[in-house]
Amino acid sequence: MIKFENVTKAYPDGTVAVDGLNLEAPTGKLTILVGPSGCGKTTSLRMINRLIEPTSGTIYLDDKPTSGMDAALLRLRIGYVIQHAGLFPHRTIVDNVATMPVLLGESRQGARKKALELMERVGLPASFAKRYPWQLSGGQQQRVGVARALASDPAFMLMDEPFSAVDPVVRAQLQDEFLRLQREIGKTIIMVTHDIDEALKLGDQVAVMRVGGKLAQMATPSELLTAPADEFVADFVGRDRGYRSLGFANAAGTVTLTEEACVTLGTSAVEAQSKATGAWVLVVDGNRKPLGWAQPDLINGELKREHLNLSGTSASSSGTMRQLLDAALSSPSRRGVVVDSNGELIGTVTASDVVKAIEAEPHLETAR
Amino acid sequence: MINYLLNPAHWTGSDGIPALIGEHLLYSLIALAVAAIIAIPLGIYIGVTGKGVFMIAGLANALRALPSVGLLILLVLLISPSFPSKMGYILPSLIVLVLLAVPPILTNTYAGVRAVDAAAVDAARGMGFRTMKILTDVQLPCSLPLVLSGIRSALLQIISTATIAAYISLGGLGRLLIDGKAQNDYSQMVAGAVLVALLALVFDQLLAFITRRVVSPGLTRRTLKTAVTPAAADVVTTPVAA
Repeated sequence: MIKFENVTKAYPDGTVAVDGLNLEAPTGKLTILVGPSGCGKTTSLRMINRLIEPTSGTIYLDDKPTSGMDAALLRLRIGYVIQHAGLFPHRTIVDNVATMPVLLGESRQGARKKALELMERVGLPASFAKRYPWQLSGGQQQRVGVARALASDPAFMLMDEPFSAVDPVVRAQLQDEFLRLQREIGKTIIMVTHDIDEALKLGDQVAVMRVGGKLAQMATPSELLTAPADEFVADFVGRDRGYRSLGFANAAGTVTLTEEACVTLGTSAVEAQSKATGAWVLVVDGNRKPLGWAQPDLINGELKREHLNLSGTSASSSGTMRQLLDAALSSPSRRGVVVDSNGELIGTVTASDVVKAIEAEPHLETAR
Repeated sequence: MINYLLNPAHWTGSDGIPALIGEHLLYSLIALAVAAIIAIPLGIYIGVTGKGVFMIAGLANALRALPSVGLLILLVLLISPSFPSKMGYILPSLIVLVLLAVPPILTNTYAGVRAVDAAAVDAARGMGFRTMKILTDVQLPCSLPLVLSGIRSALLQIISTATIAAYISLGGLGRLLIDGKAQNDYSQMVAGAVLVALLALVFDQLLAFITRRVVSPGLTRRTLKTAVTPAAADVVTTPVAA
């Protein structure tokens, strides 16, 4: 657990970066500090490992105040990941990752072995070991940064905008992988970001800070969307809150599925026509995995891959209301495809089915 | 000139070419060592703390503009009366050479330390590196290419300027120039000039070689030419430091 108690950082010129911050980051959870620039989120983070010293107040690490600890020894216990990774350019990737074990007194050989394991863990091929940082893309460098922070197996991690410097596609990928990793390792993490979507996606709890270094609201992502504390939070969380909050609403068992007749590629148009409901028929592969929708009355002869309309998304039966609703709205037949955990078709839903389920349960259980 | 160099008589004795080269190198290397001992720590200090940047812009550039011969004579006039023997002449020569070598080493060390990736330094501190360890493990290795190039240009200047020691009747390859001039022996002068140039070239290459050996390929990006492009090709060529 990391706890802020009345922590203030004021500079000699009178600027107050952080103002009386009270905050608790529970053990094993990912807590996100989010806010506009100048809200003191990075200052707050850097006060935890004492790269910045608080003016007043106390920060506790597992109930022990950090102020009495040796700063360097304190930092050895806390993994640290920063925006541009901050890799050592003169060292190979494996030696970058081995930095912490070596610093903690492990033999170089043992440290490298551990480093190779961690590289695998964050999705870096062993062939990268002897490369230098400049030979890696930004996303790959960031993975190295995460591996390096994990190499000493710290109980705590501080992450300062770890995914902001990469392009959106790589960012989403890194976020997904990081979520999966965190589920395995369960570190106590505080992460700083300016991106509310990232905060809502990754955080177990999210602390929204306002300019002047005050905490505006501390809540779970779905609470932030459904019950923002004030106008500032509501504004900061942004548009489409109702729709986005469905992303945290578990759909399992709440929506009734309709059975959907389906055909495979190669079926004659006449037979497909007989299976179709309305103008559209769902096409699946040999394993009942949905491929797309087709309109048999526009087809002569056999149903081929080029006849498919691919606009529809599919939702998992254990997914969220948002996925179900999106499946229904994106489908050309207006029937959303629902699959099981193996990706096999189990039925379809319409938008009104989903909306009925939403209206029936005003306090939807959150998916997390 | 060729005849001068091929004459075996010029290759022996206390004023033979090997002895002159020896003296020349002795002055040069002593001056380089002293300059490095002054300029490298100072450059690191200024680079790390940001204090005394005026020394880089002002002092270092002013030193570059010093007229070597004029300064040498001034120093001989000031110093030689207090020292008996040759020391009264050697010391002024060394001071001139040191003053010449300090600016390139100082400015390059400063620039090298400044250019170290701030994120790498922040990461090191955040991981628990103490200040000294950040210096020895991150800032120094990363600034090494620039420091070494400063030393390289300093040594080049020293070797070519060390000829002025002969002007105040000391040894070194400058003897060939001064004596050649006095004797109207142009082949001797040309031989001296060629030898100085050769000496400078040899040491430049030597330092280039040392640089390649000690600077991490991660900084020079040398593997670029041999194979791997960023984020492509899963085959890794082991970077060869040579």
